[in-house]
Amino acid sequence: MAVFSSVVDLVGDTPIVDVSQLSPNPRVRILAKLEGQNPAGSVKDRIALGMIEAAEAAGELRPGSVLLEPSSGNTGIALAMIARIRGYHLKIVLPENVTVERRQLLEAYGAEIIDSPGAEGSNGAVRLAEKLAAENPEWVFLYQYGNEANPEAHRTGTGPEILKDVPEITHFVAGLGTSGTLMGVGSYLKEHKPDVEIYAVEPPSGERVEGLRNLDDGYVPPVFDRWGGMELLDGKRIVRPVESLTWTRRLVSEAGIFAGISSGAAMAGAAKVAERIDEGVIVFVVCDGGWKYLSTGAYTEPIDEIAERLDDVIYF
Amino acid sequence: MVTVSVRLPTVLRPAAGGQSKLSVAGAAVGDVVDRLIEDYPALESNLVDDEGSVRKFVNIYLNDEDIRFLESLETPLSEGDELAILPAVAGGQ
Repeated sequence: MAVFSSVVDLVGDTPIVDVSQLSPNPRVRILAKLEGQNPAGSVKDRIALGMIEAAEAAGELRPGSVLLEPSSGNTGIALAMIARIRGYHLKIVLPENVTVERRQLLEAYGAEIIDSPGAEGSNGAVRLAEKLAAENPEWVFLYQYGNEANPEAHRTGTGPEILKDVPEITHFVAGLGTSGTLMGVGSYLKEHKPDVEIYAVEPPSGERVEGLRNLDDGYVPPVFDRWGGMELLDGKRIVRPVESLTWTRRLVSEAGIFAGISSGAAMAGAAKVAERIDEGVIVFVVCDGGWKYLSTGAYTEPIDEIAERLDDVIYF
Repeated sequence: MVTVSVRLPTVLRPAAGGQSKLSVAGAAVGDVVDRLIEDYPALESNLVDDEGSVRKFVNIYLNDEDIRFLESLETPLSEGDELAILPAVAGGQ
């Protein structure tokens, strides 16, 4: 092993593990790309580094600069790690109802937390960050939902890593949040292996967002539109909390992969694809480890009870 | 014609007499949307745009799959299918 000069040098080059013992179809292999191996613990390390380096290259960031970002956790945590090392002051707009681990991690890395109303979910955090950015033009607003460096980090990093390690890939499955992973990896794979199919999974998150006044408050990430998400994706499905939790538990108990709850959703999506195809090789993204979700009881308590509680906690 | 169940999100329930789940008959997803609008006219502006397409911030799922990646409003239905209408919201961490 080499000696690295900074944890930032550890971002990317994550391992892929065969979890085909979970495949419902013996002719379909399922492979997990373990993004929780990144130094701040999630796939978001890639885009945090990409967005910060793009802003540095554009001359927008100097030591002491203030960074602003709406994030329910992982992006904020990744930005906080890098900002601390590079000398930037980070303000994270965080919905009140995220798990306590995320709040503590942000504090540990030295980020300043600005609360947004929990009932408005991520939409509310985005809206508040937009308002603060308009009021404070000297702050650098990275805005992961619209920042080209987000999908670009996956087009130039995650995508090539996957194709190099798994040239026989036939399907790719990942969670749809900002859409950065799916757009970046998806466009790289389609360019180099056009037959690969790209599938998105998402939680039923709009069902109970109480703060949503009407559908005009809805939101589609600019990255999704600009990268041609409608054409790029071959399918998109909801995975409900009970299913996400069931597969999160199976990942840890049958494959030893202690993953976050949205990774269980991605695994559920991979299993659905596996049932439908004759044969193939599916790669899905484990976007973080389970550490930040321990306080939800996701790994130990009755699934129905946790699923009920998850309706009020942002986990995707 | 078959009968399917339709789940409405919190934000649309007032426009449908407060109901969260309805039973509606139709052969394709579009028939169900038409029927919903007929029964609850307040839903119209929420569900479809001026050209009759599903509005951008509305997602309709057939058995949890987004119909935009199936055959959109022409997607055929089977008895007992479940439709869910959900607003598009910001995801991501």
